[in-house]
Amino acid sequence: MAFPLLTVTAAVPAVGAIATAAVPAGRRTAAKWLALGFSLATLVFAGLDAARFTPGGARYQLTESHAWIADFGVRYQLGVDGIAVVLVLLAAVLVPFVMLAGWHDADVLDGHAPSRNWRPTQGFFALILLVEAMVVISFEATDVFLFYIFFEAMLVPMYFLIGGFGDRAGPKGEGEQAKQRSYAAVKFLLYNLAGGLIMLAAVIGLYAVTAHQLGGHGTFSLPQILQARASGQLRLSSTAERWIFLGFFFAFAVKAPLWPLHTWLPNAMGEATAPVAVLLTAVVDKVGTFAMLRYCLQLFPEASKWAAPVILVLSVIGIIYGALLAVGQRDIKRLIAYASISHFGFIILGIFAMTSQGQGGAALYMVNHGVSTAAWLLVAGFLITRRGSRLIADFGGVQKVAPLLAGTFLVGGLATLSLPGLAPFVSEFLVLVGTFSRYPAAGVIATLAIVLAALYVLVLYQRTMTGPVKAGNEGIRDLRARELVVVAPLIALLIFLGVYPKPVTDMINPAVKDTLSDVHRTDPAPQTNASLTAAAKESAK
Amino acid sequence: MTGIIHSLWTTAADPALPLDRIPTPKIEYAQLSPVLIVFGAAVLGVLVEALLPRRGRYVAQLGVSVVGLAAAFAAIVALAADGYASTKSHIAAMGAVAVDGPALFLQGTIVLVALVAAFTFAERRLDPLVHGRRVDSFAAQGAAVPGSEQEQRAVRAGFTTTEVFPLLLFAVAGMMIFPAANDLLTLFVSLEVFSLPLYLLCALARRHRLLSQESAVKYFLLGAFSSAILLFGIALLYGYAGTISYGGIADVVSGTARMTPALANTTANDALLLIGGSMVVVGLLFKVAAVPFHMWTPDVYQGAPTPVTGFMAAATKVAAFGALLRLLYVVLPGLRWDWRPVMWGVAIATMVIGAVVAVTQTDVKRLLAYSSIAHAGFILAGVIAVSPDGVSSVLFYLAAYSFVTLGAFAVVTLVRDAGGEATHLSRWAGLGRRSPLVAAVFAVFLLAFAGIPLTSGFAGKFAVFKAAAQAGAVPLVIVGVISSAVAAFFYIRVIVLMFFSEPQPGGPSVAVPSPLTVTAITAGAVMTLVLGVAPQYFLDLAGKASVFVR
Repeated sequence: MAFPLLTVTAAVPAVGAIATAAVPAGRRTAAKWLALGFSLATLVFAGLDAARFTPGGARYQLTESHAWIADFGVRYQLGVDGIAVVLVLLAAVLVPFVMLAGWHDADVLDGHAPSRNWRPTQGFFALILLVEAMVVISFEATDVFLFYIFFEAMLVPMYFLIGGFGDRAGPKGEGEQAKQRSYAAVKFLLYNLAGGLIMLAAVIGLYAVTAHQLGGHGTFSLPQILQARASGQLRLSSTAERWIFLGFFFAFAVKAPLWPLHTWLPNAMGEATAPVAVLLTAVVDKVGTFAMLRYCLQLFPEASKWAAPVILVLSVIGIIYGALLAVGQRDIKRLIAYASISHFGFIILGIFAMTSQGQGGAALYMVNHGVSTAAWLLVAGFLITRRGSRLIADFGGVQKVAPLLAGTFLVGGLATLSLPGLAPFVSEFLVLVGTFSRYPAAGVIATLAIVLAALYVLVLYQRTMTGPVKAGNEGIRDLRARELVVVAPLIALLIFLGVYPKPVTDMINPAVKDTLSDVHRTDPAPQTNASLTAAAKESAK
Repeated sequence: MTGIIHSLWTTAADPALPLDRIPTPKIEYAQLSPVLIVFGAAVLGVLVEALLPRRGRYVAQLGVSVVGLAAAFAAIVALAADGYASTKSHIAAMGAVAVDGPALFLQGTIVLVALVAAFTFAERRLDPLVHGRRVDSFAAQGAAVPGSEQEQRAVRAGFTTTEVFPLLLFAVAGMMIFPAANDLLTLFVSLEVFSLPLYLLCALARRHRLLSQESAVKYFLLGAFSSAILLFGIALLYGYAGTISYGGIADVVSGTARMTPALANTTANDALLLIGGSMVVVGLLFKVAAVPFHMWTPDVYQGAPTPVTGFMAAATKVAAFGALLRLLYVVLPGLRWDWRPVMWGVAIATMVIGAVVAVTQTDVKRLLAYSSIAHAGFILAGVIAVSPDGVSSVLFYLAAYSFVTLGAFAVVTLVRDAGGEATHLSRWAGLGRRSPLVAAVFAVFLLAFAGIPLTSGFAGKFAVFKAAAQAGAVPLVIVGVISSAVAAFFYIRVIVLMFFSEPQPGGPSVAVPSPLTVTAITAGAVMTLVLGVAPQYFLDLAGKASVFVR
């Protein structure tokens, strides 16, 4: 039996979570280093996954398959395609930075220890590792049920991270702040849980349909379902397919989040600490868009095509709406949250445009959005912690007192507005081109968001960083060594992927091609002069 | 007449037969051994109560109960291993008791639940010492009027109600027969055998005795009504079919019974059958706390001593659903098209009302009561499937649910202030800060109730909904999923309260329990996680045990 690389990649952070949680109270520095060590080990294994993966080889590689719950037709079945392997790597890369950035976030809570079991630092780092483990396994799963279990279960640690370790730098007093925090955590959980439960009905529906058609025993295995459909053994009626598709899509759209199901995100990101917000939006939410690409499109190609126009309209609304609201925000973290909603709109637009450029761009966008949001938001978090406030109005002239902080904040912002030369530009461009070739109107409207992005990023920079130093900002210290260790590699990564995205696109593209062939979609023929005249002649006849 | 009426009860009671013609009933003692062991232990418990000095009773009673229940479980396992759950399943005691897969599975569950519950009954470290003696959750003397001189004397003398152990055992024995009953009279008698001890147990709380007695009276009155309705239904069914045996009635309903003139006369009109059948079902729905027969649940759950509530919530549900399954699958499958729409309505109402009303609750025991109502609705979705999958999913759900319930109520006994258990939800604020471990375990139970994956609650919910969907009850699944989302809201609210609210000054403290309660909570937590992560073995067991004997 081959070495179960994928299982180990997911198991390392899970074991790390248990080990970190077991560190005795009073040894919190040891707990931090232990957790960081485990997250780095996960990175090593994720790197090995990527190294062992052959782009253009078999569709699912490094596969593992074991019986699990036979009664439900569930197997413990793992395998990665190009997109999954890249996203596992993204999660593994970002988590150590999240930990470093949040190094002291739980220290405040350690103060009043009402019980000898009260170990907030251990809990904080263990929960981060637990989220990482669940995210990794949901990227790796090729069994719908296995995916579903971790898709749902990851809500629990994430919920505790938001509600238990939230931002203490809010505009209101601690009592009010605690209320807002638990409101945000509950809203996050209820939205996602409701999405997940609707999906549960669809998952059961999928089982019932496969059991009905494949002779009594339903299956959740993605490869098996795809094969059965390709061979004509499994035929979903279009009504069934559409209902089940909607159940799945609803859950993913809440998670991603797609307008109008996005309202939990600004609350959650606003109230969580910056590192947790990064974990949420850059890592956890990617499971939603990833699942659209993998499960919605591959399992339900006809329904996906059926629903695509509506989804495109929603994502274009989300793109513009998110950007507009970002312009109007007074709170730095909520601004970044609305910017993310706009970007998730781009990702979903790319996925459902169903062109190779659009989907390739969307998959690349997931990676780039992860890195750029991490860079921008983590620096913003450093800024907020220093001032003890997240209101834009409380800042001004920071670049004079903390030039490095201001500079890295600008780079993160510029990446977000898709400046050429930085990573997100490539993916945004690909998504827009891919959309334009099939849905020109959607492409044109979405492009407007680039202008709005420039507005919210630059105005934010101008208000907080330039001008005379505002009262209360004199004491803002520049980045420390630990924070530089967080920011510098992320910015390097942004520049590298902006100039040379080929290593990632090489991984992604074969998987995108497979997905498109599942949907029976080919790219529209390029419109050259010759083809245009031919078409004109055709219509003249 | 004797051809149709053929059962232990009726043969013995028939005055028309001359004495010498009454055949000796044939009793398969070995096959009935689990029930007989528990009855034996109960009787032994009564003798202990009568003959042993007070000092020795507690240890002796606990010993008798634990050994008796463990022996009964061993007997059940032996019977199942012998094949009585599958190939050799059989109707024992002259047609009165079925020994088959569902019966043995449910009996095993009930015995294990009772074993764990016995530990929580015996807990004596939670209450502060009274006159230098450790006390449990039960009144010093049940007969003493609350607040009277007599009560104070009993407390001072250090009396304890060790009678709870034999009462528990009698209830368990009744519950074991209930899902195995194969004729309507056995059904009724076993119902009474397990209900009467429960009424008594409900009244025996040490604290808030008036509340406890009120709950017992409510439970008793409503229970008596439901018993009467059940009995009336039995009479009508007997009038229709001329027999009380399950198989016999099923034959008459499906028209395969040998026609006699008397039978032709009664079966000409279905009214007897329909009214009688629905009355019997109503009696059972009362016991499972399905809407609209759920009104007693919150009051009784709140007033009864918490260990009793935990036992009752878990074991009564198992027994009553077992009986309901057997009735619907063995006696009335021929009426499927008549009862299914009604049961659809009941299931939907139960899920929705249980979940929605729970949202407004402010007392943790009432909250768990409404949650148990919602869960009854989920289980009914599996019952309605009318397929082997339906049976096995219900069996699995019952096993999973009962251990979560036991564990959750055991945790409730730990959170205390000066007035005893602090069950008002506002008192639980900030518990996660003060006692992270207890709060975390309770959170696991709540997540299992909410059906979050990797807990037994999810596996169970998935199993019943899957069975329902495959039986074509898709709308039921959708309602179930939506009410699960509503239900999730109030479980989460408790978690929020425990972890994210500031502790109140002077709030309750968590008592340090003895190993007894620790064992109970650990058993609940372990079962919750094992059935959530690796349910296959238990699903297999439930799958193999899903065939009713006829």
